[in-house]
Amino acid sequence: MLGKLSWDVIPFDQPLPMIASAVVALAILGVLAWVFLAGHFPYLWREWITSVDHKRIGVMYTLLALLMLLRGFSDAVMMRSQQALAFQAPGYLPPDHFNQVFSAHGTIMIFFGAMPFVIGLMNLVVPLQLGVRDVAFPTLNSVSFWLTATGALLVNISLVIGEFARTGWLPYPPLSETAYSPGVGVDYYLWAVQIAGVGTLLTGINFVTTILKMRAPGMSYLSMSMFCWTSLAASLLIVAAFPILTATLAMLTLDRYFGFHFFTNEAGGNMLMFVNLIWAWGHPEVYILVLPAFGIFSEVISTFSSKPLFGYRSMVAATLFICIVSFMVWLHHFFTMGAGADVNAAFGIATSIIAVGTGVKIYNWMFTMYGGRIRFATPMLWSLGFMVTFVIGGMTGVLLAVPPADFLLHNSLFLVAHFHNVIIGGVLFGAFAGYTYWFPKAFGFRLHEGWGKLAFWLTLIGFYATFVPLYTVGLLGMTRRMQHFDVPAWYPWVLVAGAGMLITTAGVVAQIIQLVVSIRQRAALRDVTGDPWDGRSLEWATPSPPPVFNFAALPHVEGEEPYWSIKQRAREQNRLRDEPEYEPIEMPRNSPTGFICAFFATVMGFALIWHIWWMVALGALGAFATFVVFAWRDIPEYVIPAAEVARIDRANRSARREALATYTGPRP
Amino acid sequence: MLLRAIVRNCAVLGRVGATTLLAGLLAGCQGGVLDPHGPVGAAQRTILLNSVAIMLAIVIPTIVATLGFAWWFRETNTRARYLPEWAYSGRIELVVWSIPILVILFLSGIIWIGSHDLDPMKPLDSQQQPLEVQVVSLDWKWLFIYPEQNVASINRLVVPAGRPVHFSLTSASVMNAFFVPQLGGMIYTMNGMTTQLHLQADQQGEFYGRSAHFSGDGFPGMQFVLHAVAVDAFDAFVNSARSQGQALDRASYQELARQSLDVPPSTYRSVEPDLFHEIATQGVPPAPGPQAGRPEPSVSPKTGG
Amino acid sequence: MTAIDVRERDPYHLGHRGHGHAPGHGDGGPAPIRIVVGYGFWIFLLSDIVMFSAFFAAYAVLAGKTAGGPSGAELFDLRNVAIETAALLLSSFTCGLASLAVTARRSSWFYVAMALTFVLGASFILLELREFAHMIARDAGPTRSAFLSAFFTLVGCHGLHVTAGLLWLLTMMAQIFAKGFRDDILRRFMCFSLFWHALDIIWVALFTVVYLLGASR
Repeated sequence: MLGKLSWDVIPFDQPLPMIASAVVALAILGVLAWVFLAGHFPYLWREWITSVDHKRIGVMYTLLALLMLLRGFSDAVMMRSQQALAFQAPGYLPPDHFNQVFSAHGTIMIFFGAMPFVIGLMNLVVPLQLGVRDVAFPTLNSVSFWLTATGALLVNISLVIGEFARTGWLPYPPLSETAYSPGVGVDYYLWAVQIAGVGTLLTGINFVTTILKMRAPGMSYLSMSMFCWTSLAASLLIVAAFPILTATLAMLTLDRYFGFHFFTNEAGGNMLMFVNLIWAWGHPEVYILVLPAFGIFSEVISTFSSKPLFGYRSMVAATLFICIVSFMVWLHHFFTMGAGADVNAAFGIATSIIAVGTGVKIYNWMFTMYGGRIRFATPMLWSLGFMVTFVIGGMTGVLLAVPPADFLLHNSLFLVAHFHNVIIGGVLFGAFAGYTYWFPKAFGFRLHEGWGKLAFWLTLIGFYATFVPLYTVGLLGMTRRMQHFDVPAWYPWVLVAGAGMLITTAGVVAQIIQLVVSIRQRAALRDVTGDPWDGRSLEWATPSPPPVFNFAALPHVEGEEPYWSIKQRAREQNRLRDEPEYEPIEMPRNSPTGFICAFFATVMGFALIWHIWWMVALGALGAFATFVVFAWRDIPEYVIPAAEVARIDRANRSARREALATYTGPRP
Repeated sequence: MLLRAIVRNCAVLGRVGATTLLAGLLAGCQGGVLDPHGPVGAAQRTILLNSVAIMLAIVIPTIVATLGFAWWFRETNTRARYLPEWAYSGRIELVVWSIPILVILFLSGIIWIGSHDLDPMKPLDSQQQPLEVQVVSLDWKWLFIYPEQNVASINRLVVPAGRPVHFSLTSASVMNAFFVPQLGGMIYTMNGMTTQLHLQADQQGEFYGRSAHFSGDGFPGMQFVLHAVAVDAFDAFVNSARSQGQALDRASYQELARQSLDVPPSTYRSVEPDLFHEIATQGVPPAPGPQAGRPEPSVSPKTGG
Repeated sequence: MTAIDVRERDPYHLGHRGHGHAPGHGDGGPAPIRIVVGYGFWIFLLSDIVMFSAFFAAYAVLAGKTAGGPSGAELFDLRNVAIETAALLLSSFTCGLASLAVTARRSSWFYVAMALTFVLGASFILLELREFAHMIARDAGPTRSAFLSAFFTLVGCHGLHVTAGLLWLLTMMAQIFAKGFRDDILRRFMCFSLFWHALDIIWVALFTVVYLLGASR
């Protein structure tokens, strides 16, 4: 009746996960109880859960990402503290638990931390920068989000019911095959990532279509903002790479569920095929994360330098160059597999060629600052921190691309330090820059600058304090994923890294305090103009937060930096453009399809993990029925009357007029 | 040849810089990959340092310029020029593309030559015949078979110093990586496949070795000591191994292949011929995984395995 | 600041002023919804083809790994496969007829063509299932060898797509019945026919790589 499920699968004997999950469960129940008792549920349902508005979905993605970053960070704290205590000692986490912790850390940080953060910002900003009213497929967008949330939920359920994978964030066979991992941990991984992966793929399709087919009148490819370009590149990579992940995980699933022999030791299975396929997705995935971050830095550095981006054409070329070459380098993840010298050398060279693209970008950002009037607001600090940190991470990356050096450093903590260097220093700093930069656009008030700067400095110092020791201990030969170790030379560095973690923790706390303080002081931090940073792209033409339809009339784009042109003209003529003729606007109706579909996906995923077949059928049927019901609706849109549009736009115009009167601009 | 000469010459220059720069780091790196005791490790370290030096030549000016530009063009600096429209310069674009391309071209030379010179499959230059050692990674211990001496050893590797060693490696179950940081050159071990590695210890000494690829619950204990000893000491080791312990045949191998943790070093007095070949070609079945308590969470030190 | 005509700004030296000369000029603003939907669905089909190529790659790697079990040459019944192929290709033809019927707004022809498509698609699935059943009965199921795992997965994945297509086909017929030739229904039908034809393209590759090359090996 319930498959493999029984009371035994709940780890009552392990206090740590039980207490942790009890606290989390109580917190969730508390929030839910408050939502229901205070009568907020109808509002949440109407305005958020069923929303198909790209801005709302973007906010929900970001919220999910922030929560999962906290979860992944607590895993990181456990890993560092375990290793600090585990010199010639067992520490406090037994291997089966420690191995789950590092597997969950990687999985959560990549799939449910970094990805939703980046996709959330894309959702919030791309349609605004394109000057349109929504993405190409708004309801599909909601489905994407809720499927990602389903994956996150399944990973977190594994904390209490059963176990998570103990194989690392990429479950290399044969360790991940039933013979060596008989528990449900790998199944949790497979279904969580598979379901979230479908959501991501749909996002990719949605954004490729949006960016290529839905731009404001007059906006050519070469007048798109840099963030739109990098989002386009990332979406193209998603469309080309995620299906490979889907197929690869499907093969491993078939091996585990039905005794197929894709990657087993027996009957001709080939584990190398898994390693090749997973990295054929895995390497582009790195660029799916970091390219949008590059876009954010381009926006931020240009805005806060009060200058156009330097070398726009080069930037576009470098982005597409990285996009293509990222598919030709996957073998550098396993130089130590014993492929011949020619193969290793070819992939090593291809890998270092990518550094050309990133190098060009770094120089272009540098020259964007040249001749600027740089304001060191929090987003700009994150960007500068990124430029310095990423250059170092890029250097160690190219070092690992040199096969003979890789033979010494592969799978060591040097490697771990390298990819944290580029993912924290690149993706996360970018996401935080974007978060502080666009927060006022999403909510109508800025984040507190003082706490933001403190959070930046603590995070930056904490990062170096944690990962410089890990680089060093990697050079001393310390391998990653060790639950305990016996080599005395490593011990001091592991302790220093643990201490660095404390500083990083202070940074995380500062970030949380920043959000709380900003919400409490929102009246003082209010952004009345809709353009708090003197921005240059179209999202700043809308009020903060933007109305559901974004633009009362779609802007006519004439050349590069569309909003800056509009603003400059207004400043020169000292008047706004003429008021457009307001027309009624049709917008897509909200739909619970995404939420209900994800509910059934959760049921189905859980049932598949525990082999409860009737429930699998129920979930599949439910999801199909949801789509049919959606397909049956007759009125997909509602109309916002012209008078309402006019009222909202006139309020925006009067705010702009006041801002125009008091504008001083950068000192010439 | 010319390319090779250029790379070598520049590499020497670079090395001077890198050595100075990394001197502090090196001081703390006793026993790591920067303190090699064999020709392979030494050559790999040289390439590592050369590459770092070449890149630092670019990276340090870049970081300095980034911070310098940011500081000089701060909003409050009244002396800085403001160029609100300046966003294109053909010359700068040319430089911006050329610098990374030239650096990468140069590095590509190092990568190509280094990959071929230090191909793990390539025998080392030496007067002596290499010692043959067959390596099998098991859950969770290392089996070293000396086919010429017909003995085997668990979690302890004794080789003569100054003589090249040719390793043939495979795995009885899941993937692992054979790694002796001070001798250089890591390589994966995989079931049903054989990988090759050539190493040599220049001096006598004890060198830490371990698995570098996560292989399950007993992974941290998958370590061994490589003893590089004088020739007569090696012979003594072989003789003492021959005179005691079990014989390694299929039955005792099946016993050995079962999961166990933190196994102390031991030896086998003889080895069934072709055992390694049979393991590597799946003539003997892959080692079993966790046996106790299926499908529950498997062996862990908590339950004693 | 000096006064500049902002419409003449060209900070990036892209060599054009204003709109109209750049690639991908979005003169008219967002594309009509029919274009957007079709375009998006094409992108989806491309991603599906990428997924199939991963399965094709796995099959190519494992095709020789029979582990002492039967090989393709011993197992494949080309006559059966030829009938399958004919059924599927014919169903594409009838699906095309359904498209014509939609364009002409002839609902009776539409139902006939769609019913034929369904029958042909269903016979394809039945033949495939029969082939699978035969193979499993003679101990050549997917667990026998890596080659058979890859074979069943690749062919089965295509079969699953056809099954999903059949489900979609029935839904489409029901939608036309309930809603008539409405714009949104027509867009959905356009996607369906794209999907159905794409399955044909994949089958042609599959037929060649798996059956023709496999039987001759």
